[in-house]
Amino acid sequence: MSTLSQRHLLGIKNITRKDIELIFETADTFKEVINRPIKRVPSLRDVTIANIFFENSTRTRLSFELAEKRLSADVVNFSASTSSVKKGETLLDTVNNILAMKVDMVVMRHASVGAPHFLSKHIKANIVNAGDGTHEHPTQALLDAYSIRERLGSVEGKKVAIIGDILHSRVALSNIFALQKLGAKVMVCGPPTLLPKFISSLGVQVELDVKKALEWCDVANVLRIQLERQQIKYFPSLREYSLYYGINKKMLDNLKKQIVIMHPGPINRGVELTSDAADAQQSVILDQVENGVAIRMAVLYLLAGATS
Amino acid sequence: MQKKLIFDSDLLDITLGRLCEQLIENHSSFENCVILGLQPRGIYLAEMIQKKLKKLSKKDIPIGFLDTTFYRDDFRRRDTPAKASETKVPFVIEGKDVVLIDDVLYTGRTVRAALDAMIAFGRPSKVELLVLVDRTNTRDLPISADYVGKFVNTLESQRVLVELQAQGYKQNRIWLIDKE
Repeated sequence: MSTLSQRHLLGIKNITRKDIELIFETADTFKEVINRPIKRVPSLRDVTIANIFFENSTRTRLSFELAEKRLSADVVNFSASTSSVKKGETLLDTVNNILAMKVDMVVMRHASVGAPHFLSKHIKANIVNAGDGTHEHPTQALLDAYSIRERLGSVEGKKVAIIGDILHSRVALSNIFALQKLGAKVMVCGPPTLLPKFISSLGVQVELDVKKALEWCDVANVLRIQLERQQIKYFPSLREYSLYYGINKKMLDNLKKQIVIMHPGPINRGVELTSDAADAQQSVILDQVENGVAIRMAVLYLLAGATS
Repeated sequence: MQKKLIFDSDLLDITLGRLCEQLIENHSSFENCVILGLQPRGIYLAEMIQKKLKKLSKKDIPIGFLDTTFYRDDFRRRDTPAKASETKVPFVIEGKDVVLIDDVLYTGRTVRAALDAMIAFGRPSKVELLVLVDRTNTRDLPISADYVGKFVNTLESQRVLVELQAQGYKQNRIWLIDKE
């Protein structure tokens, strides 16, 4: 009946279009729930979820925690900065210790690519990837596609440009997988140094001129420059980057049609997006955040419910 | 497979008419009354009853749909999670006389979940339950209906199959069938 093809949500790459659609349909009902006077349903009341964050996060962690609490799950939080990881414990030991305290699901963010995949081979709990290095960030891609579906009616056939630091972005990769599975056309745009070398082999168009990308697309998903992941300089200065790749309201007003502006956050105002563009009426940035809770409730609900 | 007809179109119409008369008898003015159909199939019956009441009593009673999926007690106890349907409660429940409507009353667990789901919207002053088919002696919980279309003696190996025009079937028919 209605169940996901996987026990874990490790990435968009290994789930199907049907899975994505099931998550969206379930999220629709949860979106109604979180707009009720009493926003809590008792579905996960006998489930304990550990949020294990080895990397900093505000939005994702809050969003997961709210989603868990609105499903009545018991929640334990763990962040690497305040834990024994600093004392030299391995990832597997850390997680096994947490699981020994009878935890059913693990939501994990880790700086290393493939960390949740590794864990999924060694432990019994359901794992939700909340971002692994520069690899995947599945729930973000799901909520992005869900927000496009909400604003434009569907994702099928839409043109989506992902603009910015593609090289270091897990959001970009998960978005490409999700959008393509749902039948959208995807373009990536950014300075050549921030585009992965063989990105076109994923079937996406590559564009270096941001104005052309904006003219082509129905939706522009603007990404942050991830300075914390850049060990070398990829462009001369942030000022120069924003001069060539920054998007402002005037550029949007000069387009022939109105496009939707998205951003996974955190925004560096004045770098990739100016304030007037970020706060424009066509921006769905805060809708994305609201949808994030509904999508995460849907993912947790569907994973927790599949007992077999 | 054995198939026994419990309701045909005519009998269903007569029964719904009788249930409406009973509702009118107990509520007279329907001033404070709202109808809540339980997803997935109770909503069709709720709509049929609301239309009939409008004809009989000239009152337009507010109608809502309630989905009980997230309140069920068998979550994680079955192979796959139940699929949720839409909840639409376009009025305030607080202080209302609520008539819950469902097609079949079996173990009573759906009704228990529905009570929980409904209370999340406010505290009603009174709640009643209307069902079309009451499967006698099958209850897991101390729950009974206030208005019953028909009491049917059933075995655990049997299932009530509801076919309504509103769902896309040619005729309104309700069957008792043997599970495979």
